[in-house]
Amino acid sequence: MSSGQEFDVIIIGGGITGAGTARDCAMRGLKTLLLERKDLTSGATGRNHGLLHSGARYAVTDQESAQECIRENMILRKIARHCVEETDGLFITLPEDDLAFQGTFIDACLKAGIRAEAIDPKVAIRMEPSVNPSLIGAVKVPDGAVDPFRLTVANALDARIHGAQVLKDMEVVGFLKEGDRVVGVEAYDHSSKEKKSFRSRLVINAGGIWGHHIAALAGATVNMFPAKGALLIFGHRVNNLVINRCRKPADADILVPGDTISLIGTTSSRLPYDEIDNMKVTADEVDLLLREGQKLAPELAHTRILRAYAGVRPLVAADNDPTGRSISRGIVCLDHETRDGIPGFITITGGKLMTYRLMAEWATDLACKKLGVDKTCRTAQVPLPGSEEIRKKKNVKFEDLGQKAAFGRHGARAEKIQSKDKYDDSLVCECEGVSIAEVNYAIETLDARNITNLRRRTRLGMGTCQGELCACRAAGLLSKANGCARESVTDLAGFMNERWKGMFPVAWGETMSEAQFTSWIYEGVCGLDAFSEKSE
Amino acid sequence: MKFDTIIIGGGLSGLVAGIELLRKGQRCLIVSSGQSALHFFSGSLELCGTEEDPLNAIRGLESSHPYSRLGADRVEALAAKVQPFLSELGLHFKGDVRKNHWRMTPLGVMKRAWLTLDEFASFQDPETMPWKKVAIINIDGFLDFHTSYIAASLEEKGVECSVSGISLPQLDKLRENPTEMRSTNISKVLTGDIIGTLAARINERIDGADAVLMPAVVGLTGCSDVVRLKELVDRPLHFLPTLPPSVPGIRMQLMLKRHFQKQGGIYMLGDSVVSGTFVDGRLKSVRTVNHEDTEFEADNFILASGSFFSKGLVATQNGVVEPVFGLDVDAVSDRKEWYDRNMFNAQPYMKFGVSTDSEFRVRRDGNTVTNLYAAGAVLSGFNPIKEGSGAGVSVLTAFGVVENILTATGGVER
Repeated sequence: MSSGQEFDVIIIGGGITGAGTARDCAMRGLKTLLLERKDLTSGATGRNHGLLHSGARYAVTDQESAQECIRENMILRKIARHCVEETDGLFITLPEDDLAFQGTFIDACLKAGIRAEAIDPKVAIRMEPSVNPSLIGAVKVPDGAVDPFRLTVANALDARIHGAQVLKDMEVVGFLKEGDRVVGVEAYDHSSKEKKSFRSRLVINAGGIWGHHIAALAGATVNMFPAKGALLIFGHRVNNLVINRCRKPADADILVPGDTISLIGTTSSRLPYDEIDNMKVTADEVDLLLREGQKLAPELAHTRILRAYAGVRPLVAADNDPTGRSISRGIVCLDHETRDGIPGFITITGGKLMTYRLMAEWATDLACKKLGVDKTCRTAQVPLPGSEEIRKKKNVKFEDLGQKAAFGRHGARAEKIQSKDKYDDSLVCECEGVSIAEVNYAIETLDARNITNLRRRTRLGMGTCQGELCACRAAGLLSKANGCARESVTDLAGFMNERWKGMFPVAWGETMSEAQFTSWIYEGVCGLDAFSEKSE
Repeated sequence: MKFDTIIIGGGLSGLVAGIELLRKGQRCLIVSSGQSALHFFSGSLELCGTEEDPLNAIRGLESSHPYSRLGADRVEALAAKVQPFLSELGLHFKGDVRKNHWRMTPLGVMKRAWLTLDEFASFQDPETMPWKKVAIINIDGFLDFHTSYIAASLEEKGVECSVSGISLPQLDKLRENPTEMRSTNISKVLTGDIIGTLAARINERIDGADAVLMPAVVGLTGCSDVVRLKELVDRPLHFLPTLPPSVPGIRMQLMLKRHFQKQGGIYMLGDSVVSGTFVDGRLKSVRTVNHEDTEFEADNFILASGSFFSKGLVATQNGVVEPVFGLDVDAVSDRKEWYDRNMFNAQPYMKFGVSTDSEFRVRRDGNTVTNLYAAGAVLSGFNPIKEGSGAGVSVLTAFGVVENILTATGGVER
């Protein structure tokens, strides 16, 4: 099947880079199509710290990255205020660390334009009571927290508002070529189970680590360096400031607060490319994260762990560094016409969550140049949907938990979440305050088709109980919306199994109790196992 | 304070043991921390759901299984006692110990069952339905029961379904708070005079159906509302289970507890045993959180504290422990071996539990504690979910332990 229309640009990859690029392209008037093989944020974008880097972490080793970070940090505070928490961060020196490094660190920060300020350890403890009280030094920096799910969905939504098409479950399996020139892509639609082709003047590969494979399909070689980073999510918000170690970057030295939880990460280990879709967090990684995390905040020893997960750093292979840390997180924008003799094909990679907007700007600048479009980038000035000033404050009512929580998640867009009748305020997910109205908004406006989509758009199932009851309620609402009961139950089985994969590496204490209870409900009482995929 | 037997845990196992001991003239104390597995009761008790004949299935279980340790003949004898025992308390079940029947889950899946509450739907065959047309009726806004799953399953089996919802003004108060539309809250409204109105609303929606199916949201504290509703509805009315909390499960726990108390048992709710004093290989007394200055002494003790979700077992980063007395457990020490990556495969941790001898007496530092018995989900060696054996093990080991105690104290012979 072929779509009749021709696009100016097709962007492959629904992570933050692809969504950001789609927004930029659409805002500059390009006829844009974004293709994602699974769901928005289902790759590395949904599997990181959610840290709004100040750049301080890179200041000593990589000035360029540090400068990019602090610039983008300040931009995101303006354009994505509903995705950002301006928490500030601490870089602490523990007795086992070298206090002399602090001076080097502060100098490097200031040089990069990062407001770094040494503070008395006693003051640091007052600012952040969870911090290790044996600290001997502290530096305050403008770190923060950013919700990568919300940020990506807001970018994709704005791309759509500016005329772009966004298609999920659409996996690129080949390229349309005329001679050496790329003139579109062939994709497999996982929803309709058919192949489709889309024509365009340009294709931008924003596939992150998967971009290695996508480039190969187009006949280009981009060697990616898959480095796995494991993280743990704690059951409540332990800290209010980001806590880092003031030393050269190492394992498990960042503790980030985000919404209702805190996150510790990361480990760093080499990963064979064929395992990037099937990452496992090992017991040893969990133990390491806990051991190191407790040095930042001793309370972590007694805090319930909700789940463990791992992401892949999409670094472009450069040298033989086994840790993947000394490589620059620098942005790589490849013009395959000049590099490989493949006109019509661009790869944007490297970089990081923090610099997605700049990456998008570079890729879109190159695309516009090739298409002869003379439009400047406005993504640093125009707020994302949800982050506009709320003019009609009166219309935003905070009468109950669900409405308050929805405002936190969707910003000004929460005004569009309307309760149609008296049932719509009922909570589907009690942990995170997600109402029926918000679920319906996500289904109708944010293209949520399954429970995982809903989780990424509303935080449903991300709280303490990890989807114990809300997943089944959400499945019921989806079944109503989609009119297919069997499909929604199969989806529920898949969702619960995915939740389990994050739970079992940390299933002791309360998490074990919860896991066993969940099995009792879903398998014992409900018989959900009848709908699980037997293949594994 | 001195008792004949102190039972730690007030769930199905502990209550059955307590009632049975009272009947034999013992003085009993139950210490219960509160919720139990009955709070997510499906409406059915399972003995062994792996094949049609549960007693035959039990003969094939491995030797470490609690049923195998009771012995197949004793399982059969004890199982025969269960239905009359519950019936005497006003808990009426249907079922046959020689042949499992089928129940329908909230997702419309058919599962094997041993005894099902009289007012619940049950089936002799998973594919042949006893109706041509049913009316499936939910309470509007109740999210823990989805009519579409039930209808899809029944339609696959050739039953015509009409689906509708009921809204009563009395339920609107619940809706003012977005977390209130839960089964137990609904059942607190659907009681007394309103049952007549509810029946009238149901009757308006029957539309030629042979039977009415609705979620189990009636009868939290007793059976009278259920009985009355069934009388007033013009067609046979069958309940189906909801997601937790389980209204019939809480009712069952309440009725067992009331009976235990009426017979003179002492039930300390919201309290937990924190430690015990051991003398010469026997447990002499226990202390609880709420009565820290009191020593509760007894000749015998029963540990019916449940599995991980009831905190009868606790997993730590480095191992599994029995948290009250530090008893020996049957569990793999390496955490990596506790789990299967697929949630729906058999999870090794499910079989973890306290280590016991042939009389279900626990061990501490390798030595048998001669007057401390374990019953129910705290026992090792079985996977209640995969086998469909949770309730059966709870009730039969409770009966078994009671017999063992009576034998040991010279009370009554087996």
